[in-house]
Amino acid sequence: MRRSLILEASVRVLYPSIIVLSLFFLFAGHNQPGGGFVGGLAAAAAISLRYVAGGVRAVRRSFRLDPWTILGVGLVVSVVTALVPLLLGGAILEHGTLKLHPPLLGEVKATSALPFDIGVYLIVIGLVLMIFEAFGEDSESELERVEPPTTPAASVRSEYRPLGQHGSARLWLTPDDLSETGDAAGSDSSGGTRS
Amino acid sequence: MINSLVPLPIVVPLLAAALTIVFAKFRVVQQLIALASLASIVAVSVALLAQADDESVVIMDAGGWAAPLGVTYVVDRLSAIMLVTSSIMLLVVLVYAIGQRGSEATHPAFSPIYLVLAAGVSASFITGDMFNLFVAFEMMLAASYVLLTLGGRPDQVRSGMTYVVISLVASALFITALALLYSATGTVNMADLAERIPELSSGVRTGFSLLLILVFGIKAGLFPLFFWLPDSYPTAPGPVTAIFAGLLTKVGVYAIIRTQTLLFAPDSQQGTALLIIGGLTMLVGVLGALAQDDLKRLLSFHIIGQIGYMIFGLGLFTVAGVSAVVFYIVQTILVKTNLFLVAGLIDRHAGSSRLSRVGGLVRSAPVIAFCFAVPALSLAGLPPSSGFAGKFALISAGLDAEQWLIVSVALLVSLLTLYSMTKIWAAVFWGDPEVEPVQVEGRTGAGPSLMVAATMATVALSIAFVIFAGPIYELAERAGNDLTNPAVYIDAVLGADR
Repeated sequence: MRRSLILEASVRVLYPSIIVLSLFFLFAGHNQPGGGFVGGLAAAAAISLRYVAGGVRAVRRSFRLDPWTILGVGLVVSVVTALVPLLLGGAILEHGTLKLHPPLLGEVKATSALPFDIGVYLIVIGLVLMIFEAFGEDSESELERVEPPTTPAASVRSEYRPLGQHGSARLWLTPDDLSETGDAAGSDSSGGTRS
Repeated sequence: MINSLVPLPIVVPLLAAALTIVFAKFRVVQQLIALASLASIVAVSVALLAQADDESVVIMDAGGWAAPLGVTYVVDRLSAIMLVTSSIMLLVVLVYAIGQRGSEATHPAFSPIYLVLAAGVSASFITGDMFNLFVAFEMMLAASYVLLTLGGRPDQVRSGMTYVVISLVASALFITALALLYSATGTVNMADLAERIPELSSGVRTGFSLLLILVFGIKAGLFPLFFWLPDSYPTAPGPVTAIFAGLLTKVGVYAIIRTQTLLFAPDSQQGTALLIIGGLTMLVGVLGALAQDDLKRLLSFHIIGQIGYMIFGLGLFTVAGVSAVVFYIVQTILVKTNLFLVAGLIDRHAGSSRLSRVGGLVRSAPVIAFCFAVPALSLAGLPPSSGFAGKFALISAGLDAEQWLIVSVALLVSLLTLYSMTKIWAAVFWGDPEVEPVQVEGRTGAGPSLMVAATMATVALSIAFVIFAGPIYELAERAGNDLTNPAVYIDAVLGADR
């Protein structure tokens, strides 16, 4: 599979930062902009970056659980949170608030809306994973059919060898960059020209 | 606080859907969870019906936020009747689906999606908030897209495409109508809307009334917006078609009844328009059915014809008319589900559902013949079937309102329906097939026992419906009284001391 060096390197930095941002959205959600759905979408953006950089296998590596398990557990958590107030004699979806004053942290507020948001967060992540599982596979196997995986690369340069028959995106390394001998237009068999 | 039953028909199927996703690898556990949840919903609905009949309106405010700020769940007599009917049908069809081995119904995604559909149907009946009604419709529709195309066959995907596009157009119109309503009145709570809409000018009111009829008319399959229905329903697997035919269009009809009776005062109700639409829908449905050769397509056209009858009753806007519709809806859900379950059995028994390829079933599978005869008589409206009671109520309401033209159309359509049913009977159950049918190995009996049992259960229900027609009609009459007097509903939701 063809990879981009810049993307690969930046995803390593971006992925954890976006996940942290998504968690911030999740916890801030009960009285500030954010919430489970927005947080889940941010996490989904991080997962999509991984997909763009490393394909569906990279997405699978980031979550050990099956996508539908994540989705199902999220739905269970949300629905149970909605049901608990009913069992306690209140209205459905009613929530309570707990204010704590631990040392150093100032005031910490916990609401029972949080588990509901966590459930929504998991549902969104599970759904995105299922989408990549369902639609991500095809293009990957197509690329593998064009060039089957080779032995481990001896160097970064050989690992980032292009497939050759694709277009002329200059983000990718080309044989010219590797050999640095022939002239650009002549050796580029795909008809792409260096601008 | 017994009102806590109100949200359960939505929440329990959703919880069950979540659990069936988690246990996706254990088919039996999935089926048990689905069965248990739907059975418990039947019990909850019956309890709600008893309570709603007692107190006339049962409400719960989600999150403890009172209307019109919060979302209110409201169960009145009509909602409760619809809930009981739909939950029983969902349970019966699930049993049928479990009995049908080797079909899409055994797909691991079937149970969760079916349960989401159940939650969406219940939510449409329970919610007292227009935006929530939209959400409920979307839940139901999203689930129905998947159920329709679960097999992934080319014809399913093709007709599924039509269905999805039409439904999305309807949803877009619905959300536009909601935005307009909100900008005109500043609320989406139905009871609050009922108070605010009379303050609008009469042209705007008429516009909203027609817009809502259009939106729900696409879902219900009204003339001239029915064309997608006979195209898409027959391609789905048997149990899925049965539940779509029995319930989904009726949810659209329910939404029309609810919005037209609650939101609009008598001076802006579109009685004449509804009567014309109803008459045309009946005619088109039955004439379309006469031209069909495929059993499932034929029955799909009859769905449209039956919708026409309900719109006719609603268009009268009298207590008798609306009560007759409530009564008619229940019996038509029973009959339609039953007929499609039988169509599934015939398809399985004879290997085809084309009238010209099937024949002689009265000798080879008398059980199927019996299961077909009862609902077919009902559909045609012959005494002493449940359909006779329903049509009798509708037509006497029409005569009381002196709408001679629509009454004669209804009688004519009834006659044509009878002709159509005798055509099926003669082709499928008597006589020999014109083309030698493909004999499917090992399928000589009526079918797997669970499927037959589920079909027999619907037959028993429609017979019970005739026996208890008196009490059920009285209940429907009380519901009709509530619907023609929306003040009860509004006071219950907003509080009498506003």
